Amino acid sequence: MYKHTFQTKEKIIELIFGFCGMFSLFITLGIMGIIFWETTLFFKEVSLFEFMFSTQWTPLFSIKHFGVLPLITGTLLVAGIAMAIAMPTGVLMAIFMNEYANAKVRRILKPVLEILAGIPTIVYGYFALLSVTPFLQKVIPSLSGFNAISPGIVMGIMILPMVVSLSDDAFGAVPKEMKLAAYALGSSRFQVAFKIILPAAMSGVIAAFMLAISRAIGETMLVAIAAGMKPAFTLNPLVPIQTITSYIVQISLGDTPVGTLAYRSIFAVASVLFIITFIFNVIAQKLRHSLKY
Amino acid sequence: MFFSTALKKYNLQTNGPNAVFLILVMLSFCFAIAMLFMLLASIFYDGFLRLSWQFLTQFPSRNPQMAGILSSWVGSLYLMILTGIIAVPLGVGAAIYFEKYAKKNWFNHLMEINIGTLAGVPSIIYGLLGLALFVRIMSLDRSLIAGAFTLALLILPIIIISSREAIRNVPSFMQDGALALGATRSQVIKTIIIPLSFPGILTGVILSLSRAIGETAPLIAIGALTYIAFLPESILSPFTALPIQIFNWISRPQILFHHNAAAGIIVLISITLLLNMSAIFLRDRFDRKNSK
Repeated sequence: MYKHTFQTKEKIIELIFGFCGMFSLFITLGIMGIIFWETTLFFKEVSLFEFMFSTQWTPLFSIKHFGVLPLITGTLLVAGIAMAIAMPTGVLMAIFMNEYANAKVRRILKPVLEILAGIPTIVYGYFALLSVTPFLQKVIPSLSGFNAISPGIVMGIMILPMVVSLSDDAFGAVPKEMKLAAYALGSSRFQVAFKIILPAAMSGVIAAFMLAISRAIGETMLVAIAAGMKPAFTLNPLVPIQTITSYIVQISLGDTPVGTLAYRSIFAVASVLFIITFIFNVIAQKLRHSLKY
Repeated sequence: MFFSTALKKYNLQTNGPNAVFLILVMLSFCFAIAMLFMLLASIFYDGFLRLSWQFLTQFPSRNPQMAGILSSWVGSLYLMILTGIIAVPLGVGAAIYFEKYAKKNWFNHLMEINIGTLAGVPSIIYGLLGLALFVRIMSLDRSLIAGAFTLALLILPIIIISSREAIRNVPSFMQDGALALGATRSQVIKTIIIPLSFPGILTGVILSLSRAIGETAPLIAIGALTYIAFLPESILSPFTALPIQIFNWISRPQILFHHNAAAGIIVLISITLLLNMSAIFLRDRFDRKNSK
């Protein structure tokens, strides 16, 4: 009798933990279900062809156009500028921290990066709009008050800690024997860093880039504050643009009733955002799993 | 001069690609540190004079000089408490399940990838999930609890990942010993795993809450209000939060509101830095104790 109740109790506890474990699956299904449901409703009114190939995005005008391309170019433009800054500097810093810096230097640099990573994104938005843009306007007089380059640069700084710490993990996972063998054969530090460690950790570094790109594409407040709210099919970094995320913010700030086309359009662009970031994340996960030696 | 002495100190080649690499690294670090310095300097320069006791105890106002952040910091505080209450048990429970119960099969491997992927889903998408699920379908409206549920979903993957790591670090000989003495699985979890992994779990929880407190986008997506001149009375009250208030002030044209935003940012950064530093401190102590 005692044994029986005892086993039931264990079983119940296991079920409770199992429910917690399954919960993350419900979140994924919930996100996919809701976004794709509203998107289907959106495509009952707007043709998929227009959505994918029209170069005008004017859902709030009287003549409505629903071409997502301007939002995509805007998103990629800002993310591209950010990656151009964060990729090279991030990898260089990570190599330095891994192969050159001693324990003391690492103990100082790691927390600095963690602090940088902990600053809320709205703070970066303030910085981009009210400090970086006015500064850049002194250098480039034609720069508009809202533009892609200023949030792009600031976003580069924002995702830098992520690139550094993920690449640092990847370099740290390279087996010590490989390094020591290269040193024993008379290689210099530079040769070990660039001919042994970097190639060996390449998949991890690419995973870091993928996660950083996905973060840059999904970043919201920085672009909503500093990049403008004007969809433009352009790659000119000096003029106002709109990204997928800042469009969602623009609609959310207004009072858009449920069931209107504008309400559904935020889910349609969100599904584009979700699919892009999902693909990058899954590739990154796969690469990181293949990293374990 | 500085470079060459630095290079000599580390006994490195001072010519060729090595020197180029080191100079580039120095430049990268200088760039990052200069930007961080500029960021902090501009915010303190703009906002420091606005900081006062009155700023913390006044409701928002149309007059920038009179406006304060009382309703927003109280809103953020309630939001954090509720978010923690919802997310921590679920996250730690999930971590225990994956580390101690789950069998190694394709399904659990898929779940593992799923959690990693969820951690990378943009926060605004969680906001849209919250808008459709909590605000509309469960008709919680734009209430504190809807915001807390949304933020809880957002930080859940982070809590699971960090708690799993903490649980994995619990020495297995202690668990085996307890099992050998006849303890059940749940007793091992209660008396050994949770107490020993507690500091690690706490570190992850603090870090994730510090992320949640700065999140703006999901709260905007669920439609948190920007102007609230009263304190929330229940979990179903409408609310505002510190980052929402800051965003509202940044998007106004008057420069005096920008100064308010900067002052609000000083408060927000102080909270997140304090949380982050306590988490880092906790982790370092924990690491040192474990390595002994």
